[in-house]
Amino acid sequence: MIDSKIYISDIIKAGNLQVIYGEHLTKRAIKGGYASDLLSDVIGNSKADDIWVTLQGHPNIIAVAKLKELAGIIIVNGRRPEADTLNKAKAEDIIILSSNLPAFEIIGKLYAFGISGLR
Amino acid sequence: MSTVAVLSQTFNIKGGDFVNAGEPACKIRNILREIGINANVIRRVAIAAYEAEMNVVMYARQGEIRLKITPHKILLEIEDTGQGIEDITLAMQPGYSTATEEMREMGFGAGMGLPNIKKNSDIFNIHSTHGKGTRLKLTFKLNGKTKK
Ligand SMILES: Nc1ncnc2c1ncn2[C@@H]1O[C@H](COP(=O)(O)OP(=O)(O)OP(=O)(O)O)[C@@H](O)[C@H]1O
Ligand SMILES: [Mg+2]
Repeated sequence: MIDSKIYISDIIKAGNLQVIYGEHLTKRAIKGGYASDLLSDVIGNSKADDIWVTLQGHPNIIAVAKLKELAGIIIVNGRRPEADTLNKAKAEDIIILSSNLPAFEIIGKLYAFGISGLR
Repeated sequence: MSTVAVLSQTFNIKGGDFVNAGEPACKIRNILREIGINANVIRRVAIAAYEAEMNVVMYARQGEIRLKITPHKILLEIEDTGQGIEDITLAMQPGYSTATEEMREMGFGAGMGLPNIKKNSDIFNIHSTHGKGTRLKLTFKLNGKTKK
């Protein structure tokens, strides 16, 4: 049987993403995607195992990802997480990916690859 | 009417501490999971705890979250010493926010926190004294009719 699940390692390739933290976490499966820069929106509407696309890079994104059990975070537009964010990511073991592309491009690539915002 | 708490725990929140913000909410979620609370209830408690906690971080100096679990319900009490809310009806409106430009750049200040808390709790009670502080009392039922 063919494994139809999509893993973080798959989207790293598909989206040419850089792993900022969490090489050991790339085997996690992704069930959907959520894109937003408003934290209340992500807290209220994202689902567990979503990959989260945002341009926020401050430490609280780790708390949000942890609390909602998101599969990982993609920071877009060439932004880099703050030092505190990286420390938090290590402590909580949350994968942080980054891309120089704007959100629209990355989301388009993920969608084309089979990740949906609906489930 | 008194209810015996099976478990009760208090978490401190420091105003302005955006780095550690969210940890109490995570701990509360873990506790609920350990004792086997229904996943839908856990999800709603976690959302409410996070939003209430962030409001303390953003608008108060100091606060705490008290978690109480009884056989029939979960209680969250979030109390702070902060600026308080002048007009609660206004504060409850989706989209209303007094967040600073700096907070908005971080993705806070959508004005969705209090509406989200209300939506996710079975009983929502807010009390605030302008200039002194705010207290939220949230109840999540463990049996019978609860929110989806
Ligand atoms: N604990 C509090 N102390 C003082 N004021 C508060 C408190 N909680 C909320 N408020 C006031 O109510 C407003 C609305 O709160 P709400 O949580 O709905 O939105 P927000 O915090 O501004 O944005 P968001 O939660 O979407 O990031 C706040 O902007 C603030 O003025
Ligand atoms: Mg808020």
